[in-house]
Amino acid sequence: MSSSLRRPGHRRPLAAVAFMAAAGISLAGCAPGSSAPAAESPDAAEVNTQLTSEEVTITIADETGFPVTEVLAEEFTKQHPNVTFEITRDTFQNLTANAPKLLAGDNPPDLIRLPTIGDTARDGLLANLDPYAEAYGWDAWPESQLSPLRMNDEGTRGSGPLYQVGLGYSVTGIFMNTAIAEELGIDAPPATMAEFEEDLATAKAAGEIPIMAGDKDGVVNFAIQAAMNQYADKDEFLSWMFNEEGSSYATEGTIQGAELIRTWADEGYFPSDINAIDYFTFVSRFSEGEGLFTFNGNWEAANYQKALGENVDFFLVPPIEEGDNHVAMGAANSFSVAADSDALDTTVYFLDWIHTDPAARQIITDVTGASPGGDPALEQPTVEEGSLIASALAMAAQIGEENGQVDFMSNTTAGIYAGSIIPESQLLVTSKITGEEFVTRVQEFYESEVGK
Amino acid sequence: MKEATTGPVRLTGQSEPAATGAAPRGPAVAIPKRGKRKTTGRAGFWAWLLLLPALAVYVGFVIVPMLMGLQYSFYDWNGVGVSTFVGAANYVEVLTNPVLLGSILNAFTLIVFFTIIPISVGLMLASLIRSMRQGPASSIAQTILFLPQIVPLAAAGIAWSWMYAQTGTVNQFLNAVGLGGITRSWLADYDTALPAVGLIGSWVLTGLCTVLLLTGIGKIDGALYEAVRLDGAGWWREFFTVTLPGLRQEIAVLATLTIIAALSSFDIIYTSTQGGPGRTTLVPGISIFRIGFTQSDVGLASAFGMVLMVLVLLVVLPIQRLSKVND
Repeated sequence: MSSSLRRPGHRRPLAAVAFMAAAGISLAGCAPGSSAPAAESPDAAEVNTQLTSEEVTITIADETGFPVTEVLAEEFTKQHPNVTFEITRDTFQNLTANAPKLLAGDNPPDLIRLPTIGDTARDGLLANLDPYAEAYGWDAWPESQLSPLRMNDEGTRGSGPLYQVGLGYSVTGIFMNTAIAEELGIDAPPATMAEFEEDLATAKAAGEIPIMAGDKDGVVNFAIQAAMNQYADKDEFLSWMFNEEGSSYATEGTIQGAELIRTWADEGYFPSDINAIDYFTFVSRFSEGEGLFTFNGNWEAANYQKALGENVDFFLVPPIEEGDNHVAMGAANSFSVAADSDALDTTVYFLDWIHTDPAARQIITDVTGASPGGDPALEQPTVEEGSLIASALAMAAQIGEENGQVDFMSNTTAGIYAGSIIPESQLLVTSKITGEEFVTRVQEFYESEVGK
Repeated sequence: MKEATTGPVRLTGQSEPAATGAAPRGPAVAIPKRGKRKTTGRAGFWAWLLLLPALAVYVGFVIVPMLMGLQYSFYDWNGVGVSTFVGAANYVEVLTNPVLLGSILNAFTLIVFFTIIPISVGLMLASLIRSMRQGPASSIAQTILFLPQIVPLAAAGIAWSWMYAQTGTVNQFLNAVGLGGITRSWLADYDTALPAVGLIGSWVLTGLCTVLLLTGIGKIDGALYEAVRLDGAGWWREFFTVTLPGLRQEIAVLATLTIIAALSSFDIIYTSTQGGPGRTTLVPGISIFRIGFTQSDVGLASAFGMVLMVLVLLVVLPIQRLSKVND
């Protein structure tokens, strides 16, 4: 910045500004980024469903803390020794942030954990799996499983080419500590939301924490959305999550759900320092026997079982009226194949194998507690009778039958969770804003992000 | 740039003596006589040649990326796909979006904790240590004070978020001294989160300030202290008459460093609160990271980065100027 002693520096800032402006203008001539990608997708006739006999290495980019890819890879190599795997891991946040750059790089991973498709499909970074779906007969899978993994040219999910499949399909619900429940005289899972609220009040009156939850990293949204799911119109809610044009988050049902959470906050149904509690903390506190209920998913079933033994139950969030259909969040543990993968056929073969091979399906359930998905006619993995994982599979099947699965609202856009849902939910669960304010603010953020 | 080869070697530019004509009182820096301009040609060539590697690195890793950031800031671009020129729209968004403006305000609040507190405390500690007898006690004091500086900020953020927790060390201490009434989860409370995060910065930066100021005090002519003491000055008088003016350059350097640390803070916040609760501790660093890498809005993130750079310069440049008055 400084070198000249000869002249007072008055002119230099001006010169610098002029230089920067000139540089900016001259650079503006050539726009950053690539030109529009040439859409090319193989025909069903071109895809090869025979596993190669050559030596192939499949590279996988996965998040830390989810060992299922490792176990699957090991089993696959055991069955097909010519295929080996190279798995790199990064934290969920880093991986999500870097995914577009990884995929656009010279040497993209063949298979990548990708929670939201975002712009990657439109930028031509993901392999269109439709030809493979046709060749492998994936049309036998339930469409509700695949539709969130499709995206059309307008960037709307739910229709268009298939860009992802799941390594396990999750289901969420409520875990109940039955030891505490028994002490409080609660002998069965609530059948309606009203019953559930009664149980919450009973727990509060007895000095127990009614709902063990944390919102430092936004995970209380399992509870917020669970409440919304019961009041909102499911299809309307889904169309918003799929970014359909004209859809809106601000509906009567979502506001009612958010408002219910605020009243729970007022009643003291959450831990008082909820905004200081992160996911890991509330999971371990529930495992240590603190809290009557907690909102979570099948992926914690095995852990909770191990920690609480017989004293824990897992069930779907109850509807408003007894006997109504259930609605629950569930999503594929979604992976995409890079468009530039040099082992496209082998990678998709691996994905099909995960959905069809009995050993692979068993691994999915054993390691993640999730349903392996795929053709419902296939044999389900064996699980211990009466275990939480058995409950999880039954819940997944029930949601499938009642057609009640919705995506997680945090998957609506790439930035909405960190940029809006987390901070606004922190305000909601401490009753700083109303349910209506929560919904309107999130919708405003959504419009600013999607409207671009 | 040409003059660089012949100009006197000083840390900063501008040598104009102030109108008062007062003799330099700060740390004595001899101003070498200006070299002969005639040698510029040959010497310039060699100097440029020797500077070339460093210059290339600087241009490649600082100047070019900065210009690219400037360019991106005029586009709507997700970092990979097709970009659209949008003129100043990203800047308008930065300067009108209340969430982004709020994060800038938080960053300015952090200056209190990153700059004012560490420098004030550092000044106190440095003059106290100076008055201690040289020996093991003073070196131990210096070492202990400097220790937080070697802890990575990310680690400091995590460690402090444990200490601030409901059952953490801070509350245990408060309970022990009978202040159980004010215990809370410090990082989850809307009123205390920002000061609590700021104090992590104070904890880290005080050591650096103390050690640097102590070095500065060491350079002050002992005769000055002797003189004021002979005039009957006490500790305070001595501090304001000799120590403080003598440390002006060091204070300017520290203020510059710590203000930049405050305005561009990221790691402490990212590992302790991530901007929460609500948006009470959201700072530009976190916003830029999220907009650029989570939302993949590289244009807006770049524009915000540019605005942040201008803000830093606007705050820091006057400090540079102030430190030179009366030199």
